Amino acid sequence: MQKEILIEERFSNLFDRFETISGENIFKCYQCGCCSAACPVTAEMDLLPNQVIRYIQVGLTDEVLNGNTMWICATCYSCQARCPRGIDIAKVMEALRQIKLRSKEDWTIITKIDPDELEKLPAIALISNFRKMTG
Amino acid sequence: MKKIAYYPGCTLKTAAANFEESAIEAMRKFDIELDELDRWNCCGTVFSLSTDDLIHHIAPIRNLIRVKEQGSDQVMTLCAMCYNTLKRSNIRVKNNAEDLDKINDFMYKEDLKYNADVEVLHLLPYLKENITFPEIEKKVCNSLGGLKVSPFYGCMLLRPKEIQIDDPNHPKILDDFITCLGGEPIESPYAIECCGAYQTVNQVDVVVERTNVIINGARKRGAEAIVTCCPLCAFNLDHRQKETKEKYSEFTKMPIFYFTELLAFALGIKFKKNWKDLHYIDPLPLLNI
Repeated sequence: MQKEILIEERFSNLFDRFETISGENIFKCYQCGCCSAACPVTAEMDLLPNQVIRYIQVGLTDEVLNGNTMWICATCYSCQARCPRGIDIAKVMEALRQIKLRSKEDWTIITKIDPDELEKLPAIALISNFRKMTG
Repeated sequence: MKKIAYYPGCTLKTAAANFEESAIEAMRKFDIELDELDRWNCCGTVFSLSTDDLIHHIAPIRNLIRVKEQGSDQVMTLCAMCYNTLKRSNIRVKNNAEDLDKINDFMYKEDLKYNADVEVLHLLPYLKENITFPEIEKKVCNSLGGLKVSPFYGCMLLRPKEIQIDDPNHPKILDDFITCLGGEPIESPYAIECCGAYQTVNQVDVVVERTNVIINGARKRGAEAIVTCCPLCAFNLDHRQKETKEKYSEFTKMPIFYFTELLAFALGIKFKKNWKDLHYIDPLPLLNI
């Protein structure tokens, strides 16, 4: 597969927004893959955490935002704890979620949750999920 | 009796009431009263990671103002997520005077200005450092009798670095705690991994995979039960065994305890019916009750 990337896209408004929210310099990443090796839920992700960073580095932020990686992330900080370049990857995932949520694109649709499940789920699960996946 | 200001959090009043009640009763055996704050609010459960977002630090900081109002400089937590959130928001305002000013300004109706001077504690390191495990061992009258228990540390007590209660890669605190109660700690490589957390709401499959791997990992090494410090870990590892069994027919169920339930039991406190009722897998046969 070949894809033409305009160099200006690397520093688009979208990238500015990502950088502002995350506060992280993802150009420090040299693709060692420690984050993806540490992540316990990669099986469900369509892009691995290190791929997400590479995509953003080359300006493919839209592809990342249309993927599911940041929604499968459960913010366990395993990636952040192991990154040898000191990138807080949990903040990278948070910024990606925030860009979607601030565009009114929620991942959890509260009305679609089974009412029996809603009864069963503890407050800690509902509050944390709605904090991470609804705007 | 020594009083320590105590912040319970939402789930300890409902789905994890067994966590709270067992902790309060056990601490009385050491002449310590967990003194619940007169007023408190939800901490938000997750620490806000967006650099441009201050509003989500209001809830945790407001609780720390309540601690000061109660005349205390320390607050005890039990829930790992509350501990993580309160402690990190506290660190953020401690290290950032501008953030603290903005937050105080936002809460101008509060009688007290917060000065970032409350210490956020968690019961597990408090037991180790202040009560000490040898002292606990002296008070054990109902030993776990060699029960094989695998510690599950999860994420929120170990990561990130600034709030870790132990070595994040090789924690020992729960292992030593189990030993002092007369149990046999069973090491598992999954003990420091994520349980799937809030994915349990709308992506149950993620949690089912985690529950399967974590419980099988402990069982293969000989564990009869798992012990945890977090109400969300407890829900996922215990209650999601139903969905795990539906997906993996060969899956064998395992009881999940809060560390305080084992502590209370070992100290001779009766395992209450309402504690048992909050478990999905009945833990009583393992304790010979």
